Amino acid sequence: MSTVTEHPQYDYNVVRQFSIMTVVWGIVGMSVGLLIAAQLVWPQLNFDTAWLSFGRLRPLHTNAVIFAFGGSALFATSYYIVQRTCQTTLFGGWLVPFTFWGWQAIIVLAVITLPMGLTSTKEYAELEWPIDILLALVWVSYLIVFVGTVHKRKTSHIYVGNWFFMAFIIVVLVLHIVNSAAVPISMWKSYSVYPGAIDAMVQWWYGHNAVGFFLTAGFLGMMYYFVPKQSGRPIYSYRLSIVHFWALIATYIWAGGHHLHYTALPDWTQSVAMVMSLILLAPSWGGMINGMMTLSGAWHKLRTDPILRFLVVSLSFYGMSTFEGPMMAIKTVNALSHFTDWTIGHVHAGALGWVAMISIGATYHMVPKVFGKGQMWSTNLINIHFWLATAGTVLYICAMWVNGILQGLMWRAVNADGTLAYSFVDALQASHPGYFVRWMGGCLWVAGMLIMAYNVWRTVRSEKLAAEQNTDTKAQTA
Amino acid sequence: MSPFWSAWISIITLAVIFGCTALLLSIRKGEKFKDTTEETTGHVFDGIEELDNPLPKWWFWMFMATVIYSIGYLIVYPGLGNYKGLIGWTSTGQWEEEMQHANNHYAPIFAKYAALPAEELLKDENRQGLLMGQRMFANNCSVCHGVAATGAYGFPNLTDSDWLYGGSVDSIKQTITDGRQGAMPTWGSKLGEAGVRDMASYVLSISGAENVDAEAVARAEPKFQALCIACHGADGKGTQALGAPNLTDNVWLYGGSYEKIAHTIRMGRAGTMPAHKELLSDNKINLIAGYVYSLSQRQK
Repeated sequence: MSTVTEHPQYDYNVVRQFSIMTVVWGIVGMSVGLLIAAQLVWPQLNFDTAWLSFGRLRPLHTNAVIFAFGGSALFATSYYIVQRTCQTTLFGGWLVPFTFWGWQAIIVLAVITLPMGLTSTKEYAELEWPIDILLALVWVSYLIVFVGTVHKRKTSHIYVGNWFFMAFIIVVLVLHIVNSAAVPISMWKSYSVYPGAIDAMVQWWYGHNAVGFFLTAGFLGMMYYFVPKQSGRPIYSYRLSIVHFWALIATYIWAGGHHLHYTALPDWTQSVAMVMSLILLAPSWGGMINGMMTLSGAWHKLRTDPILRFLVVSLSFYGMSTFEGPMMAIKTVNALSHFTDWTIGHVHAGALGWVAMISIGATYHMVPKVFGKGQMWSTNLINIHFWLATAGTVLYICAMWVNGILQGLMWRAVNADGTLAYSFVDALQASHPGYFVRWMGGCLWVAGMLIMAYNVWRTVRSEKLAAEQNTDTKAQTA
Repeated sequence: MSPFWSAWISIITLAVIFGCTALLLSIRKGEKFKDTTEETTGHVFDGIEELDNPLPKWWFWMFMATVIYSIGYLIVYPGLGNYKGLIGWTSTGQWEEEMQHANNHYAPIFAKYAALPAEELLKDENRQGLLMGQRMFANNCSVCHGVAATGAYGFPNLTDSDWLYGGSVDSIKQTITDGRQGAMPTWGSKLGEAGVRDMASYVLSISGAENVDAEAVARAEPKFQALCIACHGADGKGTQALGAPNLTDNVWLYGGSYEKIAHTIRMGRAGTMPAHKELLSDNKINLIAGYVYSLSQRQK
């Protein structure tokens, strides 16, 4: 018997469901983002309709890309990875399909309630209390499924990818419950239990760790499987993974205060947030180094493998934005960058360059495997998608850097008599070209996602690829 | 904060920083290989192996550098609970110092115009003062009144000669200094819906509109004379002492269509001009008032 048949029959149904929804929600979330980017160029595109206005669609965009697209990608890959690296099937029985249908229900509720203007007003936690409760139930189920699966593993150790997934699931549960604590006054309205500056601190403790654990730790878990798997190389350094894992989760949780520099937050809180953000640089780069150096000896594969390109470029953007982040957390830099488009650019360097690119690479790797096909229907289309996504990200973040620094400098410029040299509208007018370039970057991204959807659909439907897969399996088992 | 919380914060902050450093040092100490290696740890997960490579040196030193900088920062600046830091810096202190510096630097520039009556700003030799007024208007007033001071829905146009509270320099100064609170009461329940609609026709008729329902106007007139003249005057020309607008000039703060006027009568309006005495010095208000005054003078 060969090694191929030694593993149990993995539960791929839920992985297939989440993989498809990753693509679907990616298109939805990015299209909404494209619309609101267009509204900043051509304001009449809100059609004077409340539920199409920027203020209501912006939280829909962030929820759809972070939790619907990113969340589905995390569910799909974590369920895939935990089974394969633990050599066992998913634990939890009906809890597994509950996490899928529950998660989709939450997203559909978000799509309905956010444009209606029902919001708790907490950034990245806008959903109102009934949806928050459903979210907590789904997340507890996720925790049970994941930890249960790791517990019944057939391997002696727990793979590093699964450390990151477990940290991500546990911390997100704590963040969500603490930050969403609220007093309901009606079915669709509640007020936070925290007062004033404490509420702001709890919100950004949550908000920054939504980045740190949802968008970083979770996706590092993804990276630790798909980079070595796709490149066929061992992980560069086990030692590095231990240090950077513990240092990352220990320092990230402190960093949220840097969103509140120069505010009513006490000075000591701001100082501690700033130094922890600086210390975070090395642990963040530990993940990038471990991914990049895993490719040493396999760099030539980049010439022919666009999936590997997605993974490697995502690591580059990860390294870039985790350098930028600590820098922006330094108070004097923050004094310039805060409230400008630089922040938006920084977020998207992470969200498009890192989170979306690695999810897409992982999905291209995983889809043929879980649908029983030899490979993706078209490698060329993956390559085109890669270039669209890369060019789109570069356009987006360069436009926002220029806009951000421009705004920061214009807002602080003063005349000889101490009056401000520019009104807010002056800075807005100066930002207009940047908004157009950002919109073009968004167009490239949405185009790439549509190509991906077509490629995935052709792969899933192809009988020819299925036949090839069967020949492969026979050849291997023979 | 209490000594307990101060100690709590200091201890866990330092424990995280030193804990990470201790982990870094101990992992580095245990390295089996000093250079890159192809030796693995022996673990295999779904075909993935892990090499036993040492921590990259430049990365180790980068990590140490951020730790050393952070400890230094926490010694110099406030961070560890109640500890004030070596240089006694506070964000409030920094703000006060910068404000003090700005006041020392800029106050003489404004003081030059303190004794100048704002009307004089229109003269060519005072052009610089008018320009300063314009800039302060752009910084402080343009959010509501617009960059060109032409106003917006609910915010008066300041470039015409139609004034709610008077257009003299003194009135404008008082408006900026103490603010204004416009209060149009709600008449929906008193007049009833039919009465509201009649009154809207009446208001339209005195503003000079044509094609107004004459019967409605006739029905509303006695009610106008009973209820509205206290503020708007018998001729509907308004009272500046109360901020009650002139209804006969076809200039509208909340829209002059039949429906908008009916809405104003039915629901009332509450316009607020915020007071600026806490935000701007008298000398600055003087220049802004002069600039606003100059806008309406240009029209003449």
